This record gives sequence, structure tokens and C-alpha cells, in this order.
Amino acid sequence: MAVPFMYSYRTLWTRKLTTALTAIGMALVVFVFASIAMLAEGLEKTLVETGSPENAAVVRKGAVSEVQSAVTREQAAILETWPGVATNRDGNAFAAKELVVLISLPKRGTDKPSNVVIRGVSPVSLELRPQVKLIEGRMPRAGTNEIMAGASITRRFEGAGLGETIRFAMRDWKVVGLFDAGSTGFSSEIWGDAETLMQAFRRPVYSIVIFRMRSPDKFLEIKKGIESDPRLTVEAKRETVFYEEQSRALATFLRVLGTSLTVIFSLGAVIGAMITMYSAVANRVSEIGTLRALGFGQASILAAFLLESLFIGVIGGALGLIMASFLQFLTISTMNFQTFAELAFSFTLTFRIAVQSLVVALGMGLVGGLLPAVKASRMNIVDALRTG
Amino acid sequence: MLLLKILFKNAFRHKLRTVLTILGMTIAILAFGILRTVVDAWYAGVEASQANRLITRNAISLMFSLPISYAEKIRQTEGVEKVSWGNWFGAYYKEERNFFANMAVEPKSHLEIVDELVLDPAQKSEYLKDRRGAIAGRKLAARFGWKVGDLITLKGTIYPGDWDFVLKGIYRGRDETVDESVFLFHWDYLNERMKVQNPLEADQAGFYFIEIQSPEMAAAVSERIDAIFKNSLAETLTETERAFQLSFVSMTEAIMMAIQLVSVVVIAIIMAVSANTMAMSVRERLAEYATMRTLGFGAGTVFILIFGESAVITFTGALAGIALTFPAAGLFRSELGQYFPIFIVKGTTIWLDLAAALVVALVSAVVPAFRAATTPINSALRRAV
Repeated sequence: MAVPFMYSYRTLWTRKLTTALTAIGMALVVFVFASIAMLAEGLEKTLVETGSPENAAVVRKGAVSEVQSAVTREQAAILETWPGVATNRDGNAFAAKELVVLISLPKRGTDKPSNVVIRGVSPVSLELRPQVKLIEGRMPRAGTNEIMAGASITRRFEGAGLGETIRFAMRDWKVVGLFDAGSTGFSSEIWGDAETLMQAFRRPVYSIVIFRMRSPDKFLEIKKGIESDPRLTVEAKRETVFYEEQSRALATFLRVLGTSLTVIFSLGAVIGAMITMYSAVANRVSEIGTLRALGFGQASILAAFLLESLFIGVIGGALGLIMASFLQFLTISTMNFQTFAELAFSFTLTFRIAVQSLVVALGMGLVGGLLPAVKASRMNIVDALRTG
Repeated sequence: MLLLKILFKNAFRHKLRTVLTILGMTIAILAFGILRTVVDAWYAGVEASQANRLITRNAISLMFSLPISYAEKIRQTEGVEKVSWGNWFGAYYKEERNFFANMAVEPKSHLEIVDELVLDPAQKSEYLKDRRGAIAGRKLAARFGWKVGDLITLKGTIYPGDWDFVLKGIYRGRDETVDESVFLFHWDYLNERMKVQNPLEADQAGFYFIEIQSPEMAAAVSERIDAIFKNSLAETLTETERAFQLSFVSMTEAIMMAIQLVSVVVIAIIMAVSANTMAMSVRERLAEYATMRTLGFGAGTVFILIFGESAVITFTGALAGIALTFPAAGLFRSELGQYFPIFIVKGTTIWLDLAAALVVALVSAVVPAFRAATTPINSALRRAV
């Protein structure tokens, strides 16, 4: 026979302060767990969405990021006419030869400079990346000192608003367009004409060649062909994989940090739950004796106390998740260790993270309540009744 | 003394509860201390930088280099004592995850300026003589099991291809703030190969290290150097070594802020646990405090008793936590040394630990003490009966 559900629930409210304090401890652990998981999720989402699966990215062999890479004009020309490259509506090769460099720009509000990615693009660059949309102004004209800025660049950097100018490479560049690329890494970039930028930076090589594959499932064939061509010292990757690899170190760092913090912090919260539950048992010895005398079995007593502890876990977990969900309004910008460039991303709450957080909370309730509940269930009926 | 004895007796009246609370406090202080040390480790490069050293780099960003001809012009600038230069090499050993700091430097002047690297004189002359010679920090050499005389092949990411080096020396730091995990080799070796492989990247220095006559001249000398190259094809940005290091660290500020915030959260968690314990203890003993007040002890005494008990618990936990912080930091150093070459528990961390213990003790004592002191004596006594 099971002890009624309401018994466990009601007893929680008889000692509000203790219940609240224990739940707050758990809520804070869940908050830390959820927020770091949300951060790692947001980062990965940002970089995975940066690429498209039907695009291939070609960089110099061994280069980990676009900035390190160099593809000569001859090599880029060979790649553009590669057999696996699709053609666009105008009948041209659906390939973009891009220049990617880092410049340091001062942030708005402070004079602290931070690294920003400048991408010199080809006419088809925008078409190759459907996630990038011009929201205001127009595209920079080829051959002029015009640029367009990503949404998070405009917000965070001095002089990056529409109509403003930024100075770098001994020239003033006018921002003629603003583009939004959703939560992708492109939102943290500035785009201009590749040829003009190459001259301004005196860097006569491209950084990366991106092309749409005619049949994306033949990627491995294309890769093999390109990498075994003696004229090319490059390697090809799917665009999605290429960008995802760039976030791996930072995402792993965040995940390891999140897991270790959760483990350590939850020890504290579990101890809190244990203290509460031990005292709940100690205060109710005669009550437990009465229940046993009425015929409730050991298992029912165990279940009743475990349930009480799990309730605290649920309250804490829900509280922590509610706190963490407000973080979705925040955007974090930090330097990616692998590319040395600033990247903006936001906390992303997914169903999986919500479930995981509640599991963590329930786990804390379970572990904290187990020993006290066992103690309660093992009580001798006669002794227990006598204490009262 | 008597007071202390009462406090201890009181604290351990409910042994299990007190031991659990102390354990929680220990874990919290340990976590707090380690997190603070992680943040300190992040800023270690900034702390270790020298005041009389400037770094000149391309004004566009670090990935652009400067012509080597700038060295002479910088040397002639008023206030400049010594000049050296180098390039960030960014290679790895065997596998990509075996990443470490490696730089091509002009070896002789580099060792003169960066004098915190201690190198055996015999090894030093061997290193300077051989163009393929390289030196590595003690920790780095230990990480890969390198010995002096070993042939080391690195794979380049910025400068493609395999690069062979002969390890000619292993340096130590002058003190514990020096990073002992850097790999250094001859800039000429890189440059000769670049001349053949990629002439565009030859005769280029990524940055110049400059020693100035006195730290007070830093601002003036920086301005003078930048003025020389103003409006040239490669404009320069000169700043103190500290500012240079800080510019890296400040870009990851958001993450460090988060870690600092989280280190406060763990204290808040333990505050909830400790407040719970005190609330329980006082609730159980309300009648006792009422008795004391009947005997003539004032509210102040009651507060001191409760706060003292709370402090006994938190400080016992905190001291245990502090004691454990040092071996834990040691473990961190040996396991994660490649990410945090400098991992030292600072004095301020210990003081913050103790301050946290005091705050937790106070906060958890306030509400229960207020209750014990203000509950009418007769109702408190009645409750016990």
C-alpha cells in the first residue's frame, strides 16, 4: 500500500523556509548547468548554420581557419573550373573566391579594440549563402571603397552603422549596406569587394574558395580529385564541417567547464537536500512509527520520503530553468581561440537542455533524499512510537 | 575560551548535520578558490609582463606583418635600448591537438631582452650557433619527452610543410610566473625557407620586441616609433607588453566574467545550505535561548552565540577548503598544464575565501538570531513543553 501522494506534498509546505532554501540551492546549480549548456549550444548552432551542406570550402592544406589560409589566383582559377562545380542561373561557375583577413576595430562605448573578420567577396558570394540577407542599403559596388556590415558588427563596433565610415588599410571605407545572417557567424563579419580589399591590404592571394557542388553526395569524389591534383596544395571540406571545426575547441571548453561545475556545485546542493531530509525524518519519528503501525510497509515509507525530496528537486529545477530562460535575451561576444576573431552568439534553450536540467535537479533530489529515506524506512515501529 | 567551547559544543550537537554543512562549505570554498585561480591564470601573461618592454606590430591586425627593414629604424629611435623581432609560427607537433606556443625569433637579441628565460651557457651557445637550433621550456619538453639533441619535426599551419629542428636547450623560468611551455627557434631558418617557398612572406617580422631605457618613457617612445611609419604601407602600433597581452585577454573577457560570476554562485548555493542548517538548529533550540534570556542574557549575547556557531561551521569548512585548494591546484597544473602554464593560488584568493566564509556565517545567522532574540520568551518556552 502506498502512502498518499498528497502526504509528501503537504509536508513540504509545513516547513516553508527550509524547503525554500534547499530548493534555491538546487535552482542555482540548475541555473549554472543550463546557462553553460545553452551557451555551448548557441555557439555550435551559430557555426554549424554558418555553412551549407551543398557547399564545399577549399583552403590551403593544413590551414585550420580561413585567416591562415592562402589560395593563389592560379589555384583559384583551376578550382573555379573544376568539373564538380555547379553553374548558377547566369551560366557562370557557382564559385566564390574570397579574401578573409582580421582587422582590429574599436568597440562602441569603449576604446578597446577587438578582432573583426573582413571578407572580400565575389559577386556570387551572396547567392551561395542563402542565410545572408541584405536588410538595409545596398551591396558594395566592385572597385569602390564600400563595404557592408553584419548585424552584430553594426551594434558592437564604432563606425559600423549605415552611412558611417571605418578606417583601415590606409583608406576610409563607407558602410553602404547592412546585412543580417541570422544567428550565423557571418553576422559578425564585414563584407567588401575581394579585388579592392586585396589591393588595399596588399595581399594578392585569396583565402578560401567556396563552391556549390553539382551533386553534393559526390563530395568525397570531388575532394579526392582536388587533393590529388599536383597543381593544388589545398584541401576541401564540406562548408558545414569546416565552420563546425572552428568552434570545436571553444564549444568543448564550455561543455567541459559546464559539466565539471555542475558536478562540483551539485555536491553542495545534494548536501543541502540531505540535511533537510534527515531533519524531516528526525522530526517525524513518531509519525513514521504511526504510519508503519497503520500498515504502511517499509517500501511505502521509503517512497514517501524519496518523493518529498524529488518534489524539492522539481521546484529547484523549475526555478533554475525559469531563471536561465531569461538569458535567451542576451548575446555574448567573445574571441574564438581558433580563429582569433570576435564572434557573437546567444544563449539557446533547447528542449534537450530543459530535460537535462530537470534530470540534474531530480538526480540531486534523489541522491540527497536516498539515505534519509532509507533511514526512515528501517525504523523499528515500537521504538519509533515510543519516542513520540 | 569558554565562549569558544560553548560555540563548538553547540555546533556539534547535531553531528551529522554539522559535518554535512562543513563538507558543503569545504567543497564550495574549494570550487571558489579554483575558479578564482583559473581567472588569475588567464591573466597570468599580463601580470608577468615587463614595464620596460614595448611590442610593435602592424596597425591593421596581428596577422599582417612588418618589413624587416623597420628593425634598424626602430633601433635608431631615441629611448630604444635593444630591438628583437619574431613571427608567430603556429605549428603543432604530430597531431593538431598537440598545440603550443611556438615562435621564430632573432635568437641573440631575443634572449638579451627576454632575460627571464634562464638557459645554461653551453646550451645557449649551441642554440645560437645552429640555424636549425631551437629551445623549449622545461614544461613543454617534459610534455613531449624531448631531450637536448632530439630532432623535432613540427607541422606548420601558417607556414605550410614539415619543419625540422634540433633541440639545443631547455630553458627554465627565472621565477614561477614565467611561461615554461614556449618553443623558440631561429627567425633566419624560417626566412631562408620563405625566400624559396613564398617570397611574398620573406623578410617580414610579425612583431618587434623593444627594450626601452626606462619604463617612464614607454608612452613617448611608442609615439615616436609609430610616427616614423605613419602613412607608410605598413603602419605600426606600438604598445607596452602589458597592453599587448591585455588586448588578447580582453577579447575573451565575456568568458572570464562568466567564470567569475559562477564563482559567486557557488557561494550563494552554500549560503542557502548553511542558512538552512542554522535555521533548523535555532528552531530546535528556541526554548534554550528563551531560558537564557529569562536568566538575564541580552539579545546581543544570543546573537553572538548563534553567529559564533555559524562562524565555527563556515570557518572549519573554509579552512579545510583552503587546505585542499593547494593540492587541487597542483593536480590542475599537472593535468591541464598545456592550457594553463601558470597556475598559482594567490594570496588574495585566500583572503576572499575567508571573506566568503564570514559573509556566509553572517547571512545564515541573521534571520535565526533575529527570531531567537525577538520571539516572546513565554511563547518560546511554551513551544518546548
